[in-house]
Amino acid sequence: MTVEPKWTLVCGLQDIVPNTGVCAKVGKTQVAVFRLVTPNGEEDGVYAIDNFDPRSGANVLSRGLVGDMENEMVVASPVYKNHIVLKTGRCVEGEEWSVKSHPVRVSEDGIVLVRTG
Amino acid sequence: MMKIVVAGNGMVGQKLLEEIASQPDIEVTVLCEEPRAAYDRVHLSEFFSGKTAEDLSLVSEGFFDQPNLNLKLNTKAVSVDAAAKTVSTADGQEIAYDKLVLATGSYPFVPPVPGRDRGGCMVYRTIEDLEAMKAWGAKSRKGVVVGGGLLGLECAKALKDMGLETHVVEFAPRLMTMQVDDMGGALLRKKIEALGVKVHTQKNTLEIVEGAGVGIGGRHVMKFADGGQLETDMIVFSAGIRPRDELARLSGLKMGERGGIVVNNYCQTSDPDVYAIGECALWEGRIFGLVAPGYDMARICAQHLMGQAAAEFTGADMSTKLKLLGVDVASIGDAQGSTPGALTYVFSDGVAGHYKKLVVSQDNTTLLGAVLVGEAEDYGSLLQMALNKIPLPEHPDELILPAREGGSKAGLGVDVLPASALICSCNNVTKGDLCTAVEGGATSLGALKKCTKAATSCGGCQPLVKQVLDAELTRSGVLVLNHICEHFEHSRQELFHLIKVGQFDNFDDVLLKHGKGRGCDICKPTVASILASQRNEFVLKPKLASTQDTNDYYLANLQKDGTYSVVPRVPGGEITPEKLMVLGSVAQRYGLYTKITGGQRIDLFGARVEQLPLIWKELIDAGFESGHAYGKALRTVKSCVGSTWCRYGVQDSVKMAIYVEERYRGMRSPHKVKMAISGCTRECAEAQSKDVGVIATEKGWNLYVGGNGGMKPRHANLLASDIDDETLIRYIDRFLMLYVRTGDRLQRTSVWLENLEGGIDYVKKVVCEDSLGIGAELECEMQKLVDTYECEWKKAVNTPETLKRFRHFVNSQESDQNIQFVDERGQIRPMNKDEKLAAEKVS
Repeated sequence: MTVEPKWTLVCGLQDIVPNTGVCAKVGKTQVAVFRLVTPNGEEDGVYAIDNFDPRSGANVLSRGLVGDMENEMVVASPVYKNHIVLKTGRCVEGEEWSVKSHPVRVSEDGIVLVRTG
Repeated sequence: MMKIVVAGNGMVGQKLLEEIASQPDIEVTVLCEEPRAAYDRVHLSEFFSGKTAEDLSLVSEGFFDQPNLNLKLNTKAVSVDAAAKTVSTADGQEIAYDKLVLATGSYPFVPPVPGRDRGGCMVYRTIEDLEAMKAWGAKSRKGVVVGGGLLGLECAKALKDMGLETHVVEFAPRLMTMQVDDMGGALLRKKIEALGVKVHTQKNTLEIVEGAGVGIGGRHVMKFADGGQLETDMIVFSAGIRPRDELARLSGLKMGERGGIVVNNYCQTSDPDVYAIGECALWEGRIFGLVAPGYDMARICAQHLMGQAAAEFTGADMSTKLKLLGVDVASIGDAQGSTPGALTYVFSDGVAGHYKKLVVSQDNTTLLGAVLVGEAEDYGSLLQMALNKIPLPEHPDELILPAREGGSKAGLGVDVLPASALICSCNNVTKGDLCTAVEGGATSLGALKKCTKAATSCGGCQPLVKQVLDAELTRSGVLVLNHICEHFEHSRQELFHLIKVGQFDNFDDVLLKHGKGRGCDICKPTVASILASQRNEFVLKPKLASTQDTNDYYLANLQKDGTYSVVPRVPGGEITPEKLMVLGSVAQRYGLYTKITGGQRIDLFGARVEQLPLIWKELIDAGFESGHAYGKALRTVKSCVGSTWCRYGVQDSVKMAIYVEERYRGMRSPHKVKMAISGCTRECAEAQSKDVGVIATEKGWNLYVGGNGGMKPRHANLLASDIDDETLIRYIDRFLMLYVRTGDRLQRTSVWLENLEGGIDYVKKVVCEDSLGIGAELECEMQKLVDTYECEWKKAVNTPETLKRFRHFVNSQESDQNIQFVDERGQIRPMNKDEKLAAEKVS
């Protein structure tokens, strides 16, 4: 297994329940990492955004429900239900609640890795 | 300042006052013979099914506080001096007027039968009459109503509601002579007899004499012309009405030959400063004994009084739709087919007990009249068709034939109605008025009713009002679709059905089969809730976990700072000192903020996600279980202390509350469900503000449903009275399951009930009379939930793969440093933004 120095190990892909998120500590940042699976059971990618929800001021985005909205995959903040686009971190209900998205990948042996900055 | 005197404060008199009250420069004196102001005579029989005189009142709060209105109760007008323009009252007052309005209504006709004034012989007109009926009903076993018309059958229902053996005696060969034909009358009779009311037609009562019965059981004997006789304890005469015109008669106003005060198209009598409206007025030789024409007269009279350009009274349509003893009966226009050359179409279903007749014009192009017995759903559209002379479809019989499988019923949509079509005749609301209101933002049935008053009097037009609303919203492009979200083109009710039929057990399969896309935070929890309502599997099973709503996702209530609150179940609010101490020590150990909830339990705030399983474990070990405060599910069953301690209690409300709470705990529903049980009518548990409320009576329990506190408080409706324990539980089972099946997402029972077609009456039919034949099925579904109940906390604590979820970081044991508390009044509370910034600076 080769791990590039900048990447932080999160967990095994199988440790994330399909279509849910987990929160990873990446340096000082909390990152919400989501594993998407299609209704047919096919892996559909892993996404990483800030776990901090600017609207509520709480670290909770990893606990939101994922789904699609206007053809983009989003997560709904569990506090006030504003939607964040997983790919970009844009908040659909208002730019002021947008967050950062982060590079994320899954290694050949099924380990999820995240990089910030 | 114009002085107006209104004699009479019935429904029509009150309508007039509402029309003129806000006018400037008038002073109105209202003379009301009765001891109370206007009330709803149309729904009088509800006085016997739990409504009080206050419930029936038509006077909005503070109405008579307006300075220009002077209401004199217990004050009967006895004479009018038209020359001096004064009215004299029975108690000797003399009141001057510029304009006088006679709204004296009618009195019940009592046939001149010897013995009609014996004790226990009475009439059915005022609340005082009803009180007398109640008093006599209490000491009677058997009661007779004389008169098989509309009011007579209403009255029979009242006797039946009092538990009396009920007889109806009618002079004519059939019931409701005016409104239905022979076949309709025969079916109506059959249905009413099936309910236990005995009907005697073609009976001419000759005299009423002393019966042989001592006390209860045959106080009177009624002797009929055909030689037959009938023993009874009480007799109520309801054989039609006569105008109360003696005041006008004495004053020399022009009268009809058979009574009634003659009025012109503006409701003026032979003295232009004296008006007559409602059932005392005779227009073109006719008396109108319905409320809608009376209201029309009130409006016209008001405009004319005020010198405004008044509409003219042009007669009224006497079509009616009623529910008599639970049987739908409707009559439209020329129901008897007396128009020359009129043709009829008849449909009769002896199995279902439906009878429908259309009367059409000779050329088969227009609808003249109709009779509906047993099922009157199409009343609104048929009435519109007749009133607006809308061309009949090619095969008019399709209008009354039941829809065959796969086909939708012919009939007519509201789209073909002109804007001038009168939808609500009680309150004179046209289709155009409704459309304007919808455009103005009244986009729900409730708002539309409030704004236009449509469907607020007799309620018969409500289905049509709803149709206009839906059509208007669709037309204006508002998404009325009851689709739950963009992923499913189905309402929650439809989804519930599809999931049940397809026996689905997870969201993805439902989505693949019936939806599109990937789902969202609306449809996922909806489907999860439906699955839980049907299958009751552990909500955090891997396949289900990802679809649960925020709080179900962690079996606790998320707070603004990302911590959770924990509420253990305290059934009925009863708790031992030992258990109280456990709650205290757990709160102390984990540093939680504690607060007593409105539902008689204790909420523990400030738990971090990783603390939840530890807290649950301690609570479970002490005998607690999940309180489902996080779920769209049964919350609490609040109770008062009941007959075990309270001096006034008549039943053990705590025992019943614990039983009920333990029965329905964990039941997932469209929204949260709150219940309460009071041990007596003092109602200390506030049961009438709950989704399900139970109040103890001397004889058993009264069951209320659809109440709500919160943002839109609503008083609950009485569903059943004086029922025993077993019936109570059966009815609650059925009611809840009906709601679970048909409620919309996040719709409380109060709103559900308001929007449900047929409202509480429909629910009564389904729950108490099992009209849909699904009672046993509903009970069985509920029993399944009861039998498969499991404490979710216990299940979570004992399932290692579920426990993994309960930590903040997936890759670290640390806690979330962003969660910080400060002390306030001896407990913790979350730090606000400024406090967090200040704390950062210090560190």
